[in-house]
Amino acid sequence: MRGVSVGYLTGNQAVAEGAMAAGLKFYAGYPITPASDLFEYLSEKLPKRGGIVYQGEDEIASIVAAIGASWSGAKAMTATSGPGFSLMAESIGLAAMTETPVVVAVNMRTGPSTGIATTPGQGDVMQSRWLSHGHYPVVVYAPTGVQDSFDLTIKAFNVAEALRVPAIILSDAAIAHGREKVMMRSDVPVVSRKKPTPGSKYLPYEAGDDLVPPMAAFGEGFNVLVESLQHDERGYYVPTSHAFEKLVTRLNRKVDDNRKMIVESRVYGEENADVLLVAFGSYARVARGAARRAREEGFRVRVFVPISIWPLDEEGLRREASRAGSVVVMENNLGQLYREVQRVVRDRDVGFLPLLKVELPTPTEALRSLRGMVRA
Amino acid sequence: MEAIQVSVPRIHPLDDYLRTDRLPHTLCPGCGIGIALNAFLRAVSELVGEGRLDRKNVLFVGGIGCTARTSMYTMFDSAHVTHGRAIPFATGARLANPNIIPVVFSGDGDLAGIGGNHLIHAARRNMDLLVVVINNMTYGLTGGQLSPTTPTGHYTTTTPYGNPERPFNLIPLVAAAGGNYVARASITQPEVMKSYFKKALLKEGFRLIEVVSTCPENYGRHLGYKSPSDFYLKIKGVVKMRSGVKPWDVKYDWNSEITIGEFVDRNEPGFSRLLHEQVRKVMAGEN
Repeated sequence: MRGVSVGYLTGNQAVAEGAMAAGLKFYAGYPITPASDLFEYLSEKLPKRGGIVYQGEDEIASIVAAIGASWSGAKAMTATSGPGFSLMAESIGLAAMTETPVVVAVNMRTGPSTGIATTPGQGDVMQSRWLSHGHYPVVVYAPTGVQDSFDLTIKAFNVAEALRVPAIILSDAAIAHGREKVMMRSDVPVVSRKKPTPGSKYLPYEAGDDLVPPMAAFGEGFNVLVESLQHDERGYYVPTSHAFEKLVTRLNRKVDDNRKMIVESRVYGEENADVLLVAFGSYARVARGAARRAREEGFRVRVFVPISIWPLDEEGLRREASRAGSVVVMENNLGQLYREVQRVVRDRDVGFLPLLKVELPTPTEALRSLRGMVRA
Repeated sequence: MEAIQVSVPRIHPLDDYLRTDRLPHTLCPGCGIGIALNAFLRAVSELVGEGRLDRKNVLFVGGIGCTARTSMYTMFDSAHVTHGRAIPFATGARLANPNIIPVVFSGDGDLAGIGGNHLIHAARRNMDLLVVVINNMTYGLTGGQLSPTTPTGHYTTTTPYGNPERPFNLIPLVAAAGGNYVARASITQPEVMKSYFKKALLKEGFRLIEVVSTCPENYGRHLGYKSPSDFYLKIKGVVKMRSGVKPWDVKYDWNSEITIGEFVDRNEPGFSRLLHEQVRKVMAGEN
């Protein structure tokens, strides 16, 4: 196929390739397992394309440098894992408040705290949404493999740039270090932030109907004011209820009103199934395997895979849930995506199948557990 | 409720460098920050007048604190970010666009306390930043708590029985970490301070200018200074201008001497230039 290169890459390498395809110009990182090899890969590749790779003194320095670089007009990202992501909490809020496009690749490992550095986890679903304080917008994609790692990184950049929000790629150690075939198109759609007209009167936080203000870069003569405090259209600190309501509502509506641009989900298996099994990330692969084995036993399992997990494809999930005999969420934690699925599918009981593992469960194992809780 | 608009006529020679529609500012009467900002803006204004600085490239960054808030008033590309993070923000901005001239203008708590790790690493890298630490020896904005530069024995709201800690002496600290230019000025000698700003603005690499300042409202009163001028006169008495002093001989002693002057003045290539040259070589296949 023309314009397509085929690779046999790890998830981390695919994220890096996706980022470069999306126009990455600045990467700041700090070593952490299982994200270090993404950093190492870009350290070699990005300078060849004229981009900058920088190692901060910690994760805070790295994400804040990415935010600063974004204001200089560069498409910017960082990557990390649980402990490093926790350190980035405040800065995710800074990016959301100052409407700075920035992409953060988070490879979940086993927590809490330093936990197990080398094994996959799914304990950061809530963290990816509510890491920072305040009510702020963020978009989170969960790849199910290496191809997704490439495709969704491009999508994360495009959404971050289009909406001026932080976007997160929530992967895990299994995908990040697993190697698969990946098709990389060279003509991927690339979105860049919209800019103010040169010479125009510019207010850095004044949005039109699409709720997204144009973004000037430093050095262009606009006297931009980047303000982390509660601010008005000029970026001036205004500590009033009116300004608070106006800003926080607009910041969050940017995502809510643009759900169509963001949300993505997939379904596998036959309709009118005995059970709709909801799983994301590497557990989506396990769920699909379990569904195939279930079929051999005459047990019909349909799999719903949220690709965007914040926000979820609520319509798709409700539609699928209404057609299945029962609904079960399977994940590697004690109930995180489960809570969100419960909120969306509120007219019926949702079962929960926690499979707490430091390696991926086999499909057979997953099916056995599922059959233990659902009667066909 | 909309914010009240106050129209202030442009009468000050530095009005061009301020968002005058935001005045009056929030600094207390007797505060030293205005003296330092005035000296800085005069340095910029003179360099712009001399054709040696393009103000469009100046990026003025503050973290959190009374000094950091000056970023809300300056008419440059400005950023008022989170506590302690002015240096990494400015670093990213400069590395992504080497034409940017970042100035970090913040306080001792922001830069030497919560942001202390960023400070020493920026100096180590010889990162192209002018970092101005307005050292009023306290966390003024939050009410006057102990800072990393509060002298031993001093009373603050969190050391009501006297500070049992020893303070940072920023000059030998930053000089040991690296950097092209390390100087200490005092608000009691604003012309000298301005000359340091002018020199440092035109240099590459890491430059630190510490400015010994006052906080009469939230600090001086705990020390028994009845008026801002008493605090000012104390500083005027304790600072000693010296030349030819090695950084490690620079004193930071409230009871005998706080040495001011220029202590490091080198012209080594800045990190930004080295990194961008490396990228150019990689792209050309020379590396």
